[in-house]
Amino acid sequence: MFETLILMLDATMRVSTPLIFAALAGLYSERAGIVDIGLEGKILGSAFAAAAGAAIFGSAWIGLCFGIMASISLAMIHGFACITHRGDHIVSGVAINTIVAGLTVTLSMDWFGMGGQTPTLSGDARFLSITLPFADALADVPVIGLIYSELLSGHNILVYLAFAMVPMTFWVVYKTRFGLRLRAVGENPHAVDTAGISVAFIRYRALIVCGILCGLAGAYLSTAHNAGFLKDMSAGKGYMALAALIFGKWRPVPVLFACLLFGFLDAVAVRMQGVVLPGIGEVPVQAIEVLPYVLTVLLLAGFIGKAVGPKAIGRPYVKERA
Amino acid sequence: MSEAKVPAWVNIALIPFLNILLAFIVSGLVILAIGENPIEAAGYLVYGAFGYDEGIGYTLYYATNLIFTGLAVSVAFKGGLFNIGGEGQAYIGGLGVGLVCLALDHTMPLYIIAPLAIIGAAVFGAAWAYIPAYLQARRGSHIVITTIMFNFIASSLMVYLIVNWLKEDGRMAPNSRTFEENAWLPYLHELLSPLGIDIGDSPLNLAFIIALICCVFVWGLIWHTRWGYQLRTLGTNPTAARYAGIDTAKVTIWAMLISGGLAGFVGINEIMGVNHNLLLNFTAGYGFAGIAVSLMGRNHPIGIVLAAILFGALYQGGAELAFEIPTITPEIVVVIQGLVILFSGALEHMFKDRIEGFFIRRAVA
Repeated sequence: MFETLILMLDATMRVSTPLIFAALAGLYSERAGIVDIGLEGKILGSAFAAAAGAAIFGSAWIGLCFGIMASISLAMIHGFACITHRGDHIVSGVAINTIVAGLTVTLSMDWFGMGGQTPTLSGDARFLSITLPFADALADVPVIGLIYSELLSGHNILVYLAFAMVPMTFWVVYKTRFGLRLRAVGENPHAVDTAGISVAFIRYRALIVCGILCGLAGAYLSTAHNAGFLKDMSAGKGYMALAALIFGKWRPVPVLFACLLFGFLDAVAVRMQGVVLPGIGEVPVQAIEVLPYVLTVLLLAGFIGKAVGPKAIGRPYVKERA
Repeated sequence: MSEAKVPAWVNIALIPFLNILLAFIVSGLVILAIGENPIEAAGYLVYGAFGYDEGIGYTLYYATNLIFTGLAVSVAFKGGLFNIGGEGQAYIGGLGVGLVCLALDHTMPLYIIAPLAIIGAAVFGAAWAYIPAYLQARRGSHIVITTIMFNFIASSLMVYLIVNWLKEDGRMAPNSRTFEENAWLPYLHELLSPLGIDIGDSPLNLAFIIALICCVFVWGLIWHTRWGYQLRTLGTNPTAARYAGIDTAKVTIWAMLISGGLAGFVGINEIMGVNHNLLLNFTAGYGFAGIAVSLMGRNHPIGIVLAAILFGALYQGGAELAFEIPTITPEIVVVIQGLVILFSGALEHMFKDRIEGFFIRRAVA
């Protein structure tokens, strides 16, 4: 029983990693007042660029750089539309998701000709799991050994990075000058402008950070979690990250727990397939799959707590002219 | 800045034309990057979509779905609501159609099944839109987020229902049994051949006519009823609408119900018209494509029909293109679609402000 739980938590960590990256990416963007439903597209674009880069150059790190660059470019298109041209944030996000969904398949067919996939990656072209020191030696110690060797050890570096990004984001958002301005721009851009700080510049920088984090999420999917790019491999993770962001009320630590909860539900769904529970019968996998979305809807509707987003979110900032 | 000085054709024709032109130029660059000739590709595309009878039939068949989802998006849009859940509403609408057909195809003739199926599509689609609408109107949760979530919930619900309850016994394929032929919506080529008109075999069916009727209905509803006036007021200025005594929550909910019902009609075309059974993922992105259609068609039924035919042509021509030039995938159409959303939606101010400025300056001078 204990071992099963550890294995499920282990799976939770793996599944949650892209959600954590993407949800934190959304946090920077939305805290600065830019709605980002283009998380999905940025993840997918980065997953493709990372896998293609890794396949061509044989290095996961070069792939990661490509992934991040692709994701930042998409974030900049979003910024160009939403910040510079005061376009609708949702429409721009939908556009990015649609373009990427088509473009990744079109390009990978042309470059690799494998029905929209990239070649299978192996060796240095992937982020492989890291065994923490003494993990094997401690494996036989009761309880702690299992937690250390199974749960904490044996992940790839991006998983650890994702968890490290949470305190990092907390520090940036709440303890730095940039973070203060970021939050201010999302709540009251006029005040920021009055203080002589460029609203547009802060928002663009927030989107660059958003791009980097989505890039990490995408690269994780194609070069760490899987061994290559598959058509539509982001499979709604961007939207689920958005749900986690709302569920975590736009704050780093609660967002982490929301991602872990959604990841855990995913692990449960996989494990519950065909399992008959005493007294309840077989729980349909789909019922567990939809829980993240149902919970988010309930939260947004104020049935379980209340989620209030940044005040100036989704509204273009127009400088007043005398 | 008075908009009155800008000639009407600029907003109706010139700006949409420039937007689509830009989208095509960028797509052409993508094709060029692949190492193919964009002009040659465009030739195949146009031939595939309009060059022969079957091609035209397929184009209009795809357009049928896009008219439904485009209208769905635009009705909500008129009220300032962004219904991004067309995909889920269409999916559940198809469930309504499927259930009616499965229940009645052994006993009832088509002229009874068809109206009931249309009602089924509308009621199921509208019901799926009702919950996000209610939550937006009465509990203040954001309609975009809830409708996105409801797309996923719809998808899981349909997998559960089809795999566990509606699947044909003893078969592996996740779809229901094929309906009896009296629950099939007639193909237009079948209807027209007794009259001596030959339009070639295509999945184009009676749903296309229903789509055109829906256009007239939406046009009348939005521009020629009191409710339509309330809806447009709400969309233009919610504060003014409330001040004028309009029950904004009620208008919001009704706008979403109509929007969801229209999206649900995709099920009529796909389930009753073409597939003749209830299957997974028949919505195939039409709900999202509706956003592009509605933006391109400036939220007006005539514009939506034209935009839907354009996108239908892209779908059909894209298939032809992929057949003729195998290095180009049909997904190139999705890229074009995304670019249209980007240029005519997200970047609408980029051209509009400059062009309008140009015409205003010229009018003043």
